[in-house]
Amino acid sequence: METHSLSAVELAECIRKRSVSALEAVESVLKRIEQLDAQVRAFVTVDADGARAQARALDEKRARGEALGLLGGVPVAVKDNICTRGLPTTCSSKILQNFVPPFDATVVERLRAAGAVILGKTNLDEFAMGSSTENSGLFVTRNPWALDRAPGGSSGGSAAAVSARMASLALGSDTGGSIRQPASFCGIVGVKPTYGRVSRYGLVAFASSLDQIGPLARDVPDAALLLRVLCGHDPQDSTSADRAVPDFLRDLDGPIRGLRLGLPREFFGEGLSREVEDAVRQAIETLRSAGAETLEISLAHSEYAVATYYLVATAEASSNLARYDGVHYGYRSAEAGDLYRLYAATRREGFGAEVKRRIMLGTYALSSGYYDAYYLKASRVRTLIRRDFEKAFQEVDVVVCPTAPTPPFKLGEKVDNPLEMYLSDIYTISLNLAGLPGLSLPCGFSSEGLPLGMQMLGRAWDESTLLRVAQAYQRRTDFHRREPKVSLL
Amino acid sequence: MTDYEVVIGLELHAQLATRTKLFCGCSTAFGAPPNSQTCPVCLGMPGVLPMLNRAAFDHVVRTALALHCRIDPETAMDRKNYYYPDLPKNYQISQNARPIGVDGWFDMESGGSIKRVRILNVHLEEDAGKLIHPEDTGAATSRVDLNRAGTPLVEIVTGPDLRSVEEAKAYMESMRQFLVALGVSDCKMQEGSLRFEASISLRPFGQEKLGPRVEIKNVNSVRFVLGALECEIRRQTELLNRGESVPQQTVLYDVRHDETRPMRSKEHAEDYRYFPEPDLVPLHLSPERLEAIRATIPELPLARKQRFMQCLGLSSYDAGILVEDPAIAGYFEACAALHADAKAVSNLITNEVLRELKERRLTIDAFPVRPEGLADLLRRMDAGEVSKTVARDVLTEMVATGRGAGPIIEAKGLRQIGDEAVLRALVLQAMQQNPKAVSEVRAGKSKARGALVGPVMRATQGKADPGLINRLIQELLNRPSSGE
Repeated sequence: METHSLSAVELAECIRKRSVSALEAVESVLKRIEQLDAQVRAFVTVDADGARAQARALDEKRARGEALGLLGGVPVAVKDNICTRGLPTTCSSKILQNFVPPFDATVVERLRAAGAVILGKTNLDEFAMGSSTENSGLFVTRNPWALDRAPGGSSGGSAAAVSARMASLALGSDTGGSIRQPASFCGIVGVKPTYGRVSRYGLVAFASSLDQIGPLARDVPDAALLLRVLCGHDPQDSTSADRAVPDFLRDLDGPIRGLRLGLPREFFGEGLSREVEDAVRQAIETLRSAGAETLEISLAHSEYAVATYYLVATAEASSNLARYDGVHYGYRSAEAGDLYRLYAATRREGFGAEVKRRIMLGTYALSSGYYDAYYLKASRVRTLIRRDFEKAFQEVDVVVCPTAPTPPFKLGEKVDNPLEMYLSDIYTISLNLAGLPGLSLPCGFSSEGLPLGMQMLGRAWDESTLLRVAQAYQRRTDFHRREPKVSLL
Repeated sequence: MTDYEVVIGLELHAQLATRTKLFCGCSTAFGAPPNSQTCPVCLGMPGVLPMLNRAAFDHVVRTALALHCRIDPETAMDRKNYYYPDLPKNYQISQNARPIGVDGWFDMESGGSIKRVRILNVHLEEDAGKLIHPEDTGAATSRVDLNRAGTPLVEIVTGPDLRSVEEAKAYMESMRQFLVALGVSDCKMQEGSLRFEASISLRPFGQEKLGPRVEIKNVNSVRFVLGALECEIRRQTELLNRGESVPQQTVLYDVRHDETRPMRSKEHAEDYRYFPEPDLVPLHLSPERLEAIRATIPELPLARKQRFMQCLGLSSYDAGILVEDPAIAGYFEACAALHADAKAVSNLITNEVLRELKERRLTIDAFPVRPEGLADLLRRMDAGEVSKTVARDVLTEMVATGRGAGPIIEAKGLRQIGDEAVLRALVLQAMQQNPKAVSEVRAGKSKARGALVGPVMRATQGKADPGLINRLIQELLNRPSSGE
């Protein structure tokens, strides 16, 4: 039975009603992976046997009359920077190519507890550093909508897998837009939760104060369902919040009449492609027709967001990535010799160019004599960016803007120009600096048939309102229903 | 002899007395097989996060309070970045910008007077693991044991206030007693749970400006710190006497050759790139919590010693011995509460009880003679039931058998012989057998009296009442031409 075209909500319902078995659901996506992934290359590891075993166990459980959980039997792909017990977790880096964690990330535990089937691990820009998945140290992932295009990044593998129906749902991580931008490029929904909503335990850290795990899904109800499973306090992550988790799925269908949407003028200016702007403005009209009010707002310090981000994130990364040294686990250079050479050769050979670039940037930003001018100043600007949002959210309920400045770009187009690549996150980065929730959802297609995305930013802990507005939009449009026709190259 | 004033500052690291590590649930017990007390967190695996051990944090707050520090109601952890194979994350979670305590002081006794040492900084951090090098094992490669990695430490930094090697020694010993009494550390030097680093400079007497500071690394025991300080004083004095200046630098102490040598610049040209630890939220200390922790601070060794001297009349020496170990001091107090003569209690404990503990390798908590038993023995000594000498044997028997003093004295017939008639006959016999001693005693040589007491004691197996023997000797001597 071909179940891959069902949404996660539908699939879970079918399995609950016994019209589909968990094993059938797994076989359906495994077949899909077999057909398509040689072209798309979304997966680093496909755990076919493990997935079948999980599915069989779920079917047996179901046969005994036991409840399977919110995601009972739904196949989920996991970004390969999230630890899975017994399954390699590479961060798409040579330095961790053979690393098999002895533990599950908290989100993976939560997935298992909810009855999800862990299908495999998806490709990313090495250590989540990038916006196209071209920085993967393993291979490049292609956009299912057009194989010569980037799927976005860094969660490009997860976004491509969901978009191409090779998984019902996927986990991504978002440090500066790494869930939202690939969601936009691949024509799906991606949610970056409030910082502290989802446990980071088991997420291989890139920039600890910015990283957040979130769902990638075909539509808003699917995203709401997965988000519900992921959220919750975890004593193993001291930055995780001890707050009640709303039933996002149940709260989805409320009215949006009278909600105030803010359009930040800084996010509709120079550098924004005509096609993206038109699609987003059209989407805003749709929301107005549903009763939402709109007003222009200002996020005055957002012009400093990219610069601030590339100091804060790289500083934290330079420290977070120090542990990959060839001593305790992971790749070790054969050219060892003395200790210093062991470190130097292992890291030179094990890390890719972008990771090295960021480690050097961050090391510099924290160095004595430069700390005040770079790291400390960036921390202060970060506070100003946060205040901009606080002020904006006194006037509006949701901020609406583009997710990415352009439609999906061509593979290879920006790899030689890191600065231009960094600018593809220009609308997503501020949100991470402020620790707020945001989502991206499909809002149209370019003249070349490429997906376009719009972004919604919300108040801290108010993912519900974001999802409600997004759902109101999806009820009035069908962009999210379109599937890519993956054609052979 | 130095012509210069010595200025020393000390930095101490003590392992905090917690069952588990600072950021995970692994045991901190000493002596387990290498790497058996580790988990993904203390191994620094990808994706793990630290979880702060509140007990360790409270220990440092308690220490900072007892050192009269200013305590910030909001403190935070920082990362100290450096590469070393015993540090799995290649950064140490420590405190830099916002330590738990600053600007305190510590009073200690040195050379018979009280000296106040400034405490600049009291903070919490994690320990590293241990490298085991081929030189020590004969193995082909260096090995890493991470059992100690992530063990909670308190770091205490003094101002440059110590003025001699003796003061440094007094500080190290007083601090050890202080931390043990406070209950924050067991301070076992041989297990590495108390370590010191020193910095030292010399300056001409009368000069206010400090000389260039030399940091001494690689000195883990008190003995090595003292040895290294002596070396540096010699080296710096020679340099200054030759009219040369002392470069500001870090030196290593070479124990084998008893000399200090500068580290290569690469070895210490560290930029630790401190920044706030993003994986741990700042730590808030409410006034209520601060007061609750303050309430757990016991009487500290110096105050206790002074009370023993002033209120109980003990000598400085005896009081010092008793407060060295808070459990011993507690035992003493429990005994003194049951027996009025505190000096007698102190004598019995410092002489006999401590000897028994040492011989049997017991701690006072496991000592079978409880305060009631010891007070009972003291009462019997006072009543003249047993002599001091016999009491010692009775105590040994009490420790060995767990029985009370009374039954032992009865069963072994150790009751002191106070029968005047019996002793008079024995004394008379001793005097008759040793006329030389008799005449010497008569001539005022009181030392010769021992030659008369001895035989009586031997004849009674030590059970004779020494006071009574002396009275009888005196009586018989005073009798004109007694039986001669």
